[in-house]
Amino acid sequence: MTDETLLSARRLSLSFGTIPALVRVDVDLWPGEMLAVVGESGSGKTTLLNVLSGRLSPDSGTVWYRDPAGRLHDVHAMEAPLLRKLHRSDWGFVQQDPRENLRMGVTAGGNVGERLMAQGARHYGNIREAALDWLTQVEIDADRIDDLPRTFSGGMLQRLQIARTLVTHPRLVFMDEPTGGLDVSVQARLLDLIRTLVSRLKIAAVLVTHDIAVARLLAHRIMVMQRGVVVETGLTDQVLDDPQHAYTQLLVSSVLQA
Amino acid sequence: MRGYNFAYLDEQTKRMIRRALLKAVAIPGYQIPFGSREMPLPYGWGTGGIQVTASVLGPDDVLKVIDQGADDTTNAVSIRRFFARTAGVRTTTRTTEATLIQTRHRIPETPLREDQIIVYQVPQPEPLYRLEASRAETRRMHALAEYGVMHVKLYEDIARFGQVAISYDYPVMVNRRYLMAPSPIPAFDNPKLHRMPALQLFGAGREKRIYAVPPYTDVRSLDFEDHPFRAGRAPRACGLCGAVDSYLDEVVIDDRGQRLFVCSDTDYCAERRAAGHVGAEGLAEAAE
Repeated sequence: MTDETLLSARRLSLSFGTIPALVRVDVDLWPGEMLAVVGESGSGKTTLLNVLSGRLSPDSGTVWYRDPAGRLHDVHAMEAPLLRKLHRSDWGFVQQDPRENLRMGVTAGGNVGERLMAQGARHYGNIREAALDWLTQVEIDADRIDDLPRTFSGGMLQRLQIARTLVTHPRLVFMDEPTGGLDVSVQARLLDLIRTLVSRLKIAAVLVTHDIAVARLLAHRIMVMQRGVVVETGLTDQVLDDPQHAYTQLLVSSVLQA
Repeated sequence: MRGYNFAYLDEQTKRMIRRALLKAVAIPGYQIPFGSREMPLPYGWGTGGIQVTASVLGPDDVLKVIDQGADDTTNAVSIRRFFARTAGVRTTTRTTEATLIQTRHRIPETPLREDQIIVYQVPQPEPLYRLEASRAETRRMHALAEYGVMHVKLYEDIARFGQVAISYDYPVMVNRRYLMAPSPIPAFDNPKLHRMPALQLFGAGREKRIYAVPPYTDVRSLDFEDHPFRAGRAPRACGLCGAVDSYLDEVVIDDRGQRLFVCSDTDYCAERRAAGHVGAEGLAEAAE
């Protein structure tokens, strides 16, 4: 492992009974870099995300995270309070279904401000201003700050989830198919937003997707998984333009051209 | 009273409760589980408070029992008589005379002293109860001091109503560490919790939890820097004694909508009237 990686994993293995979900997977993520993990359903992408973020323990292998002070932490050996704190501040998790990550009974402003309040912010005016700022950044009308998420469309909910996650300026964001289930134009807008925010805020991200086009648009590097094994990894353009492994070739050639 | 141990509970039970109380005092604001016993009244009628009182009561104590500030309501009278009969202790309605005060939902207006103990009856000991349904999760939140969700609730109130809309059982931070539900006392009483010279004990019989605030402990009501906590009260004077600094009950006195505001603390009002203070209603009555 080099000095500079933000997140690294070595020989991650996990089986659900006899089904291998991860087979000796290695991951490296550098600061400010977006890594896409692609593969068909059941390839182990989401499992990998959960193991990397400490939500699921591997059967074997280690995940290391480098904190802002440069210290390495073994994610699965960390104490629960520290891991929870990490999830609330330095890390973010964007779910495919935004309703899982939002409080549907709390206003948009409250949702965005929650992580700030969890970190000790105690000035109502400042919290509200930060919430307004972020709603604007994710292109949600500032008038909606006191509206409940129940009144938001799917695309707006996803953008609200992103605002809620990024408000504490995390250095690392895990995204599980953030554009899944959205129609094409909404998806395009969301991808554009993610790309802008990630590059401006220099966020590192692990993006799980089954959509190659999303990976090509957003990611610097790509990892292709098949049945728990990483079959190919490299720079996105290189891998997608010149796929070496048969499975990658299959994936690339299967993409429908609009 | 024949056939019953002193203060009704057996010695082993009282010892168990006192052990829980010691733990509670050692960790201010933290809820300690205890083996709540079957009491001669159902849950919701003050069994937690009664068990705590029974465990700390001694033969030389002077007991006062109040219900929403009044000594003369049915339940306050019942509980006071219960202890008079099972413990033979002196009872009183005067706050200054009492060494042990059991209360439902009010703190007496008269400041308490170091040699006094106040026991609160608590219906719901968990301050996060309405925000987080899972008790396992709230226990984790208390352990990790993750109270952001409570501030979200306050934020929502201010966004919706312009001010925090919690009027009783207003959540407090005890000793800058644990979030505590002070029992359904009016928000007006919250400032009295802070650095009170008396020992404060809280008992929840149905929920089987005990917690405590030792004397002179920091107790601060949650708020925002730019929306500080305000102790609300009706902007009136007591109709009987004229007090403008006590918590008032609003009483409807006829079917034309006439209201009378009187001190909720009956002892405080009686003392003031005995000292010669007269309120507007008192004057009207005298004139008749």
